[in-house]
Amino acid sequence: MAMRSIWRTLDRRLARDIALVCLADGVVAVSYGAISVGGGLAWWVPVLLSVVVFAGASQFLFVGIVAAGGSPIAATVAGLLVNTRHVAFGLAVSDAVGTGWRRWLGSHVMTDENVAFAIGQDDPRRRRAAYWACGVGIFVCWNLGVLIGAAAGSVITDTDAFGLDAAFPAVLLALVLPALRDRSTRTAVLVGVVIALATTPFLPAGVPVLCALLGLAFYRSPKLVEATR
Amino acid sequence: MTNVPLLLVAIGILAVGTFTLRIAGPAISSRFELSERVQGVLAAAAVVLLSAVVATAALTEGHGPVGVARPAGVLVGGVLAWRKAPFIVVVVAAAATAAGLRLLGVE
Repeated sequence: MAMRSIWRTLDRRLARDIALVCLADGVVAVSYGAISVGGGLAWWVPVLLSVVVFAGASQFLFVGIVAAGGSPIAATVAGLLVNTRHVAFGLAVSDAVGTGWRRWLGSHVMTDENVAFAIGQDDPRRRRAAYWACGVGIFVCWNLGVLIGAAAGSVITDTDAFGLDAAFPAVLLALVLPALRDRSTRTAVLVGVVIALATTPFLPAGVPVLCALLGLAFYRSPKLVEATR
Repeated sequence: MTNVPLLLVAIGILAVGTFTLRIAGPAISSRFELSERVQGVLAAAAVVLLSAVVATAALTEGHGPVGVARPAGVLVGGVLAWRKAPFIVVVVAAAATAAGLRLLGVE
């Protein structure tokens, strides 16, 4: 899908919502760059991570471990654990990602946010448009933000003061809420969330979220429900 | 302070590994014809994972519970989203609630 047709497919409201999320991500990126440099890392470390890894949670974890004097390899393992959920995301939105070169580029810009935007769209074209616009938009804003943060140092280090730490879960919650109208999905989500929260004190970062998949044991596909009726 | 070659290797492994995790889904689903039922389960799996991200990001910090301000902000945003408020209202209200509570000294 060409860029022009992405813009034609997105309606104004969806485009505005996506732009808002990209902007908020950009602000978090500024703080990420500043925190990394403030923690004693060279400016190129957060910048390089943002371009080649491009996964916020794992990047924060990585610089946190390395800046605290931890082993870079341990930081890599921790980051990979957090990013494992992308396998399931990729299976769910493979149609929006596309094939050929699009698969390579589209996979790299896969994030929680654009996956959530994509699964909220019923129409396949809108799904693809939302996925790409949000993915590319976040990639640009995130990397620009990190550059600015790393260069400026301690301008914004505490985005919590602006409540951005509450805005991000709220964004994802608003995007997944429509999917929770399905009773079977809702049951799986509730069980999964309880498992994730209960295991958080004991398991390394990222693993509790993966454990939530156990909630799928309570998922019944619509067809199966019909057949047993 | 840090061993630069080791740092570069670590970043390289994280980058290649993350990309592999990301492309695995699209690569697998192009190789196998996935039934509608399987696709339904995969869609539910994505919703379960995103919900777990929401819950852990909203309620926990590291291995323990987070304070009051953040969960309160997410709750306000969630209720507004449920009442079908515009997206921008949800985002701004969630951030403003958490920021406001912190301004009042409530962490």
